Amino acid sequence: MPSPAYHAPDTITGAIALLAADPSALPLGGGTDLIVQMRSGRIAPGAVIDLKRIEGMSGVRREGDVFVIGAATPCSALKGDAAFSAAWPGVVEAANLIGSVQVRNRATMAGNLCNASPAADSVPALVAAGATCVIAGPGGVRQVPVEAVPVAPGRTSLGPGEFVVEFRLPVPREGGGDAYLRATPRTEMDIAVVGTGVCLVLDAAGTCMAARVVLGAVGPTVMLVEEAGAALVGSRLDDDVLAAMSRAVQAASNPIDDKRGTVSYRKAMAGVLARRAALIAAGRAQAVRGISR
Amino acid sequence: MSRIHVSTTVNGDAAEFLCDPAASLLDALRDSLGLTGSKEGCGSGDCGACTVVLDGEMVCSCLVFAAEAEGRAVRTIEGVAEGSVLHPVQQKFLEHAALQCGFCTPGFIVAAKALLDRNPDPTETEVRYWLAGNLCRCTGYDKIVRAVMDAGAQLRQERTPA
Repeated sequence: MPSPAYHAPDTITGAIALLAADPSALPLGGGTDLIVQMRSGRIAPGAVIDLKRIEGMSGVRREGDVFVIGAATPCSALKGDAAFSAAWPGVVEAANLIGSVQVRNRATMAGNLCNASPAADSVPALVAAGATCVIAGPGGVRQVPVEAVPVAPGRTSLGPGEFVVEFRLPVPREGGGDAYLRATPRTEMDIAVVGTGVCLVLDAAGTCMAARVVLGAVGPTVMLVEEAGAALVGSRLDDDVLAAMSRAVQAASNPIDDKRGTVSYRKAMAGVLARRAALIAAGRAQAVRGISR
Repeated sequence: MSRIHVSTTVNGDAAEFLCDPAASLLDALRDSLGLTGSKEGCGSGDCGACTVVLDGEMVCSCLVFAAEAEGRAVRTIEGVAEGSVLHPVQQKFLEHAALQCGFCTPGFIVAAKALLDRNPDPTETEVRYWLAGNLCRCTGYDKIVRAVMDAGAQLRQERTPA
């Protein structure tokens, strides 16, 4: 591949300046998409700006009632943070379905988001969790919901020279639980044909107070299905409620037909997986609350 | 494009090399340092033949820029045996005939050792999932999995005080 310059700045300001200096420059996190795309000739950045030497860019930290995940944190490192894994098991599991152990030791959720594949596993889980991301660039720093980043397959809303600095997830509300499930033709080393992330909050009586149901791989971008979440709120997740939620998910699904899954299979599975994910999330919420149903 | 000078540690020894900015760590290991045990299979992170341990975590060296190794610690297949004494994973690969053409073997051994270093008593399912990023087109995997399970048993025995 053509040789780009390689820079490893140690500050965000330094990274912004280097990215601004060359409009074709790209930030490097884990490189598991970037290097593959460079090698295949799909992209040819004039410079690669390695973010991993910037302090605070790797690792999970707690700031008050917020978990902050540095953009260069490898997916596997999320499992090593006991507090974060207990708070957001669905996010941690989703990030650790990506690729192999070797890949997860490098790949980051920020890269998963900015690669903008509709099938990105960590993205529906992050959106369900209500995560935001902090974006830095020549115009300053801004914070947006995760779902505002992907705009089409392979395209994001990031402006020239902008890059993700960190994710911010709230400490879950009392009675909160999340889950992510996906369907793949194989059991490992495969890409989702459907992914569903669910986050919900149960009160002490087991009634659903809030719910976010999110789909991946069944449309051009991640999809927050408001109607599906609304179907759960106020209920105790009885069968008819879950069936209504599944119908809302299937109605919102707009998948492609390809060799890995047909439209009808993807739509059907979206409903099935959303139901299962909702029950896992509810089980986790109840485990926190000590409710038995 | 100017070449980059990198100072790193490979298998416990200080190492230095000059690299093209686009060179992978695998390129540097093989072409600059003469450590040709790590192989390039796919060049896209699918096959695991280039697996090395970077700062304690196994990675595909084809998906790491050589320049990223500055100040880091790299362990390769060449550092697995102690002198002429094979590591139990290597010995068990021989005993179980867990290789045919051998191209994937360095990656499998580095990955299997990385597993047993942190979990000396994995289940077969854990072994199979851990090694999902290493492809072998000859053996059908069964002999590899048996070799890793057996190496784990031997390591546990060695660690148990008599």
